[in-house]
Amino acid sequence: MDTILFYAFAALVLVGAVLTITCKNAVHSAIALICSLLGVAGLYLLQQAEFLFAVQIILYVGGIMLLFLFVIMLVNLDREDKERQFSRSWMVALTAVVVVGAELGYFLYRGRGAFHIAEGGGPVAAAVGNTEMIADSLFSEYLLPFEIASLLLLVAVVGAVVMAKKRI
Amino acid sequence: MHPVTTVHYLALSAALLLIGTVGVLTRRNIVVVLMSIELILNAVNLNLVAFSHALGNINGQVFAIFVITDAVAEAAVGLGILIALFRNKETVRADEIDLLKW
Repeated sequence: MDTILFYAFAALVLVGAVLTITCKNAVHSAIALICSLLGVAGLYLLQQAEFLFAVQIILYVGGIMLLFLFVIMLVNLDREDKERQFSRSWMVALTAVVVVGAELGYFLYRGRGAFHIAEGGGPVAAAVGNTEMIADSLFSEYLLPFEIASLLLLVAVVGAVVMAKKRI
Repeated sequence: MHPVTTVHYLALSAALLLIGTVGVLTRRNIVVVLMSIELILNAVNLNLVAFSHALGNINGQVFAIFVITDAVAEAAVGLGILIALFRNKETVRADEIDLLKW
C-alpha cells in the first residue's frame, strides 16, 4: 500500500513540476506547482511527518501560491503567451543539468547499499506525537535559530512592503 | 514490488531538484523562475524529511521548517522586487532586464 501511494505521489510531484516549467501561461504554471506541492505534502504524510504535512498545505498552497497568483494577476501582460518562453541558451542549461543528473543517479545507484538504515522506518512515531516532538526540539534545542527566523520574517515583511510600495 | 526505501525518496528529490534547476536556467518569465526556486527548496525538504524518517531523528523536520521559513521570506521579497521592477521597466522577462550589462 505504501509503495503504491509513494509512486502515485511521486508521479504527481514530477508531472506537476514538469508542467510548471513548461506551461506557457503563468497561471497554469502556478496550478501545476500547487499539484506538485500537494504531492510533496502527501509524501510527508507517508513518512509520518504530520506537522510538516499541515504546514506544507497551509503555508505553501494557502500562502505562497496565493501570493504568486496575486502577483501574476498584477504583472502579466497579454502579449506574454505568444512570445518565446525559453531563453536563447536553453541547450547549454539542459546539457549541464543532464550531466549533473547523470552524476547524481550514478552516485545514488552506487551508494544504495549504504542506506540499510532505511528499512526500519525509525522510532519517530513513538508514544509522543510528531507535533509535540518538533515543538520540544524547536523551543529548546533550536530556540536561537527560531528567534533568528522570526527576525528574518520581520525583515522580509518590511522589505516586501518597501519594494512594492510606490511612494514611502 | 520492492518496498520504498530512502533511496527512492533521494532519487525523487534529485529529479525534482534538476527540474527546478532547468526552470531557473531556461525560463524567461521571472514569476516562473521564482516558482522553480520553490521546487528546488521542496526537493531539499523532501531530502531532509526522508533522512529524518530513516534515522528516527526529529532534527531533519525542524530543519525543514526553517527551510520553509526561508522560502516564504524569499518569495515575499522576490515578488516585491518583481513588482517594483515591473513598475519601472514594464517587463517580466529575465533577459530584457540588462541594465547592468555592457
